[in-house]
Amino acid sequence: MTRMPYYPGCTLKTKAQNYDLSTRAVFRELGVDLVELPRWNCCGAVFSLVTDDLLRQVAPITNLIRVQELQGTDSVDDPRLVVPCAMCFNVLKRANARMKDNPEDLKKINDFLYLESQPYRGEVQIIHTLELLKEISAKRIKEQVKFPLLGLKVSPYYGCNLLRPKDVAIDNPENPSILEGITEALGAKVVFNNRRLRCCGSYQTVSEKGLVADLVYDIIKGAARAGADLIITACPLCSFNLDWRQKEAMEAHSDHKLIPVIYYTELMALALGIGNGFGGEHFVDPQPLLQKFLEKEKGGI
Amino acid sequence: MNERFLRIKRIVLGPRNREFSKKVEELSGETVNLCEQCGTCSGSCPMVGEMDITPSFMMRMVQLGEEEVLESKTFWICASCYTCSVRCPRGIDPAKVAEALRQIKLRAALDFLDISKITEEEAKTLPQIALVAALRKFTG
Amino acid sequence: MTQDLIPIYIYSRKYYVPEGSTIITALEYLGFKLKKGVGCKEGFCGACASLYRLKGDYKLKGGLGCQTVVQPEMQIVQIPFVPAPKAIYKIEELQPDSEIFVRYYPELYRCLSCNTCTKICPQELQVMDFVQAAVRGDFEQVANLSFDCIMCGLCSARCPAEITQFNVAMLARRIYGKYLMKKSTFLEQRLKEIESGKYEEGYRELMSLSQEELKNRYFQREIDFQIT
Repeated sequence: MTRMPYYPGCTLKTKAQNYDLSTRAVFRELGVDLVELPRWNCCGAVFSLVTDDLLRQVAPITNLIRVQELQGTDSVDDPRLVVPCAMCFNVLKRANARMKDNPEDLKKINDFLYLESQPYRGEVQIIHTLELLKEISAKRIKEQVKFPLLGLKVSPYYGCNLLRPKDVAIDNPENPSILEGITEALGAKVVFNNRRLRCCGSYQTVSEKGLVADLVYDIIKGAARAGADLIITACPLCSFNLDWRQKEAMEAHSDHKLIPVIYYTELMALALGIGNGFGGEHFVDPQPLLQKFLEKEKGGI
Repeated sequence: MNERFLRIKRIVLGPRNREFSKKVEELSGETVNLCEQCGTCSGSCPMVGEMDITPSFMMRMVQLGEEEVLESKTFWICASCYTCSVRCPRGIDPAKVAEALRQIKLRAALDFLDISKITEEEAKTLPQIALVAALRKFTG
Repeated sequence: MTQDLIPIYIYSRKYYVPEGSTIITALEYLGFKLKKGVGCKEGFCGACASLYRLKGDYKLKGGLGCQTVVQPEMQIVQIPFVPAPKAIYKIEELQPDSEIFVRYYPELYRCLSCNTCTKICPQELQVMDFVQAAVRGDFEQVANLSFDCIMCGLCSARCPAEITQFNVAMLARRIYGKYLMKKSTFLEQRLKEIESGKYEEGYRELMSLSQEELKNRYFQREIDFQIT
């Protein structure tokens, strides 16, 4: 078992516990023990884009100090920080890079954080769970699949924060294939949604529900046109928008077809035989679809 | 859509224009004068339908130092998806310019989101990630 | 015994007070009539929150007036009250779910994890840690870390995100106590026993004894634990 530091993020502890539980379960099955950072704090969800704002960089940096602290004990083998949430990943990686490029700013922040046990030295490496899966390789994942999802048509949806901007991108921003590779390794069929890279509306969901509903309608339509049964995501906000805003999409568009949305780790858990019992609140219930595959399985987590 | 801004027939650039333009450049770290108005950002923007001026026009107004751009809704509708950032042929980041305009308003204590308007129903389902992000972008 | 007098500044005016005074005893010594900003004088009620700076130190510090000993050249101001939003709710109608924070204190999610609240807390609590625990929906952690909070308000006064940490913590503690904490079955059982009259006879007997007899009984009582 390789132990690696793990940053779940606030939403994975509250509304997206299914993503947290399924991620840990899947990686344990693949030989990685994700060790949660002690005393981690909210990263802020969005990266502050102005040049002079240091206060909003404090939150990501304190988390990186926690990684350093964990690395100092004998609790991890591979020192790289693993992050499942796409938005947290985007923030942490960019904040890290910003500090590396601006040692003056890093010094200021370290001075501000004088009560911490150690200053941030700027050496933590951050990877997303999908990057780790790429390292583990689709081949190995395929070897561990117990219940191939034959006949299931899946539309992977990437969202924005995994692929943009270029220095964060875990894959080609205009033509990624990570999620497709995993889907095929699980035995399912990939269908191409031409809206798989389009923004879901992100945080506009708080005050501009109608706008988000239109974007979601468009994205789901792309999946429906390709014949998708299911959509998989890697971000709790995309998951919320694509799932729950289908309600408003349905109300605004009479031809909207409801398609369930789940996390890619939940799909992996199903195929790897570690269950389907991760919970999660859905507007579009995925259970009727997944029950077919569950007949071959025993129990959940 | 942008008649209000089209009414500007005669543009006189003075020191105040230059100040505003420079302020946005400093805050965003972007050299706005590089923008050649090709429109790629506007074409890529998923939120452009709800905007009163396009991202290109926003960049133009910043180039010219027209402070009236701060009255637009455009940079508030931005979802920070960074599609414009990866596609700009001149390597400019319009998302950063939008953030700079937001910050100018927020730092003057002019919030865009009124948290008290979040309904009880919404509070039950909204995930933390949405609220945290919206609060960071729309409140100062 | 005379004490040395040391200079301090109250609302920027210089005064001399006995060395070893607390902020409150210094104010009383000087003849200030305290109607607000003072309470139990035992470090428990949170009424006497004060902000001060020490000589040669730029750091702004927070402390309780009744517990903080004055230093020479200390600059002091009292913060008797911090305005704060207070959610109105019926505890029976709430569920132990993080959504109650979204509903009643949505500004909680503006937390920047800057630690300013922790630095100013006169009780030396891990304020940022319990705010983050609330963000994560961990009621137990909020309750444990905020247990000694005396609601003085200094954290909220300093917070850049304008959160009211002490009210958020109060809500969390109430939810925790009502819905999540383990119930004490022993207490319930003992109450039932008392109500059933199990101790009635023994109690009546004790009440009928003279003081002499009571004393005897006391000294001859069974002690069933070892005192070494």
